[in-house]
Amino acid sequence: MINERLWNILVDSFPKLLEYGVKVTIPLTVLSFALALVTALIVALIQYARVPVLKQLCRFYIWITRGTPLLVQLYIAFYGLPSVGIFLDAFPAAVVVLGLNEAAYMAETIRGTLESVSKGQLEAGYCVGMSWTKIMVHVVLPQALRTAFPALSNSMISMLKETSMAATITVMEMFRQAQVINGRVYESLGLYVEVAVIYLIFCTVLTWIQHRGEKRLASYGGVRS
Amino acid sequence: MMLEVRGVRKSFNDQLVLDDIDLDVEKGDVVAILGPSGSGKTTFLRCLNFLERADTGTMVFDGEKIDLHNATKRDIARIRKKTAFVFQNFNLFLNKTVLQNVTLGLTAGAGMKKEEAEQIALEALQKVGMANKLEAYPIQLSGGQQQRVAIARALATRPEIIYFDEPTSALDPELIGEVLAVMRSLAESGMTMLVVTHEMDFARNVSGKVLFMADGRVVETGPSKAFFEAPREERSRDFIRAIREARQ
Repeated sequence: MINERLWNILVDSFPKLLEYGVKVTIPLTVLSFALALVTALIVALIQYARVPVLKQLCRFYIWITRGTPLLVQLYIAFYGLPSVGIFLDAFPAAVVVLGLNEAAYMAETIRGTLESVSKGQLEAGYCVGMSWTKIMVHVVLPQALRTAFPALSNSMISMLKETSMAATITVMEMFRQAQVINGRVYESLGLYVEVAVIYLIFCTVLTWIQHRGEKRLASYGGVRS
Repeated sequence: MMLEVRGVRKSFNDQLVLDDIDLDVEKGDVVAILGPSGSGKTTFLRCLNFLERADTGTMVFDGEKIDLHNATKRDIARIRKKTAFVFQNFNLFLNKTVLQNVTLGLTAGAGMKKEEAEQIALEALQKVGMANKLEAYPIQLSGGQQQRVAIARALATRPEIIYFDEPTSALDPELIGEVLAVMRSLAESGMTMLVVTHEMDFARNVSGKVLFMADGRVVETGPSKAFFEAPREERSRDFIRAIREARQ
């Protein structure tokens, strides 16, 4: 099945794909995830603290974001917004859309884990003279984020793969690079499997980091298997 | 008078759970709040530290009068600075070690330096016999040990009064004694304590005063000795008799 021509194509394209993976896909993932994490924390905290008006706005944002496809959101941001005078370059548009999209899911994860921290932790904090903010920073958020860590790792892994959709708005990332090479050599199966393998490698590394992270994170004295 | 509470009322969804509760506490008093389950004891205690907001009522703490319903954030912060609370379920900070549990209120709450806070925490933990477990997490401790750490946490903030909300009710029977022993030694050292409890021996022998509640009202209040030996009210007699019978 793999003749010499295909083999050479795969060997030649591997470093190129990997280069775009390292130079574009990974930064895109990291930046989008950072944006998503900050946004999700704010959105989750606003809901947890039941801030009037802002809370409704957060629900509205989550409703819209989770209820529409990522691909459509990318198209709106990159192809749609210019008609109302908002011009975003492809890469920043991808960061914003990927970040805000995943943030809606992550906000729900974090809100859930915040709510799961016993109210007694908050009350105990008040009773030793701490403010709400201090209790959040020192007690509730660390516990909530510890619980949320596996789910947030999931989000990061999803996001890494979803960056491939940025190809549709002309971001020259790893998958787009595979398409470009394929346009020259017509080896769809080989090249797309090859790029899939590189995504798999990246995700495997992330999974490994997740396991390391879970072990390292304070387990508060509990025995972790 | 150190603490004077007057006319505390509180309803949950139209159901009156506290009906006009009064309480006087002198410095050094140990007051046991007794009563059957659902009589409002815990809610009353929580109202005093604003963990619940009373519908009406006033408190005079160290001569400062505060409306329990309309207290501002600043009022509440000031009151909480003078008080401490020990919970039925301990509520130790689960992500903090024993030492950190005691220092956190001092550093993050009162803005104290870490070294100073640790010094105070160590003294408090020695008083409750937990200074040998500084690096343990709450989950690694027995209930009795957790409650003793919680008491040290309360002590470390140097409160004028400590509120105890059924401090031994969540404990296995064999662990109750160690917590009661700590509370007894606190009482003997002159600490002012308000204790919601079902431990009749403690109420009788350690506390000097009893507030007996039923159905959200104060049925009887007075010196412990008188309450247990010659209760004035029918309701009190029934309660004491029921407890004696339950023990046999």
